Amino acid sequence: MKNWIKAAAAAAVGIALSASAASAAWDKVVVATEGAYPPFNFVDKDGNLQGFDVDFTKELCKTAGVECEIVAQDWDGIIPGLLAKKFDAIIAQMSITEERKRSIDFTNYYCTTPAVFVGKDGMKIEAYKDGKVMEDALDGMVIGVQRSTTHANFLEDNFPNAEIRMYDTQDNALLDLTAGRIDATLADSGVLLEWVNSDAGKGYSFVSDTFAPVEWFGEGAGIGIRKEDQDLKELFNKALAEMLANGSYEKLNKKYFETINLHPR
Amino acid sequence: MFEDLIYVLGKYHSWLIQGLGLTLQLLLISVIFGSALAIPLAICRTSKKVWVQAVPFSFIYVFRGTPLIAQLFMMYYGVGQLIANIDGIQDSWMWSYLRDPYWYCLFTFVLNTAAYVAEIMRGGINNVPSGEIEAARACGMTPATTYRRIIFPRMWQIIWPAYTNDVIFTLKATSLASTVTMMELTGAARKIVARTALPYEAFISAGIIYLIIVYVLTFGFKGVEKYLRRNEVRQANKKPSVKIGAQA
Repeated sequence: MKNWIKAAAAAAVGIALSASAASAAWDKVVVATEGAYPPFNFVDKDGNLQGFDVDFTKELCKTAGVECEIVAQDWDGIIPGLLAKKFDAIIAQMSITEERKRSIDFTNYYCTTPAVFVGKDGMKIEAYKDGKVMEDALDGMVIGVQRSTTHANFLEDNFPNAEIRMYDTQDNALLDLTAGRIDATLADSGVLLEWVNSDAGKGYSFVSDTFAPVEWFGEGAGIGIRKEDQDLKELFNKALAEMLANGSYEKLNKKYFETINLHPR
Repeated sequence: MFEDLIYVLGKYHSWLIQGLGLTLQLLLISVIFGSALAIPLAICRTSKKVWVQAVPFSFIYVFRGTPLIAQLFMMYYGVGQLIANIDGIQDSWMWSYLRDPYWYCLFTFVLNTAAYVAEIMRGGINNVPSGEIEAARACGMTPATTYRRIIFPRMWQIIWPAYTNDVIFTLKATSLASTVTMMELTGAARKIVARTALPYEAFISAGIIYLIIVYVLTFGFKGVEKYLRRNEVRQANKKPSVKIGAQA
C-alpha cells in the first residue's frame, strides 16, 4: 500500500516537472500564417507579413512573454506543416470546425467576422439584441441572403413572417438590393463593409449591430495547435483573455475595422 | 443511406411539397400560355410573305438559340433592373408584382416554351397532306375554317409525340427558377443539402418526385394521343376484320 502511494507521488512529481519543463520550452514559438487573406494576413510590397493576424500574433506573444517568429505557409500545407512540427501554431483566420478538430486542437476563438444587415441609409433593423433573436423584427420585409450559408439558416429558422429570398451569390443579392427588390440583405460584415464603402454601395449602410451567436454562426477562428501541446494552448488562452481585458485587442480591432467588432462574445 | 433518406423526408418533406407545388404551377402556366402564344407564331411562320415571317422567325431564333438560364438572368436582372429604375415605379401598386421574381420566371418560361412549340407546330402544319387542304378549299372553306376543321386537328395528331417531349423538357427547365431565388423542387432540394450535407438523399428525393410527374404526364399524354388518333385506330381495326372475313 505504501509503495503504491510512493509510486503515485513520484508520478505526480514527474508530471509536474515535465509540465514545467514544457512551459520552459515555449520561450520561442514559431507561428504560421497564410499571407494571402487581406486584411487579416498578407505580404506587403516589401515582402513583409502584415495584417490583423500578424499584429495580433505579435501582441499575443508579447503578452504571453514568449518570443515568436512568424512564417508564411500555403493554406493547403498549413495543417500538415503544423503536424510535421515545421511550426507550433497557426494564426490565419482558421475557423474552428469539427473536421479540423480530428487532427489538430484549437484555442478559444480569437476572431470572427460577425453578421450584419445592410439596407438603405437610415433604416434600422434589430433582429438580434442582448443575446436574443427578435422574431418579429423582420415582419413583412423581403430579405436577401446567399443560399447554403449560416446566414440563410439563421434567417429561415428565426423569422417566419419575413420573405427570405435565396441567391446563388452575395453579389446577386446586392444587385437586387440596389434595384429595390429586396429591403435588406444579411451577410458577413467583412464582405459587406467593402461593398458599403464602394461606389456601388452608395446610399446603403450597416443597418443593424453586428452579431455572431455561436449556435448559428459557429465558434469563429481559433489558434491551431498540435493536440499534445496543451500547455501552449493554455498559455495562448491566458494571453488572449488578458488582451481582451486590457484593451489591447480592441485597439488592434479598431486599427483594422472601425465598425466591426471582431470579438463580440 | 435509408436512415438518412427517411430523416430527410421526415424532417423536410414540407419543403419538397411546397417546391412541387411551385414546379407544377410553373409548368402548367408555361405550357398553357406558351402553347397559346405558339399558335399565331406558327401560323405566321408558315406564311409565304417575308414580312409576316420576320417577327416570329427572329423571336424563335433568339429564344431557341440562347441558353434558358441566360434568358432568365436577362429578364430578371436585366429587364428587372430597368423596370426598377423607372421613376416612381417603386411607389406604385405594381411594384409588389414587379419586384417579385415569380413573374419574371413565368414570363421567360412562357416565351421560351412558345418558341419551341411554335417550331414544332410549324413542322406539323407543313406536314398536313396538301390534298386535304386543297379538298377543303374546293369545298369552299375559308382559310380560317380550313385551319379550324382540317389543319389544326391534323397538326395536333402529327406533333403530339414531339409536343409531349417538349412538355417534359419544360418541366425540367423549371428547375432553373431556383437560380433567381424561387424555391421550386430543385431549389428545395438544394436548400435541404445546405442544411443536412446529405446531397444524395435530398436530390434522390427530388429526382423521384420528378420521375413521378413525368410518369403521370406521359400517361395522360398517351391517353390524349389515343384520342387524337382514334380514326386511324378505327381504320386499323377494320382492315384485319375484312381480311378475316375474306379468309372465311
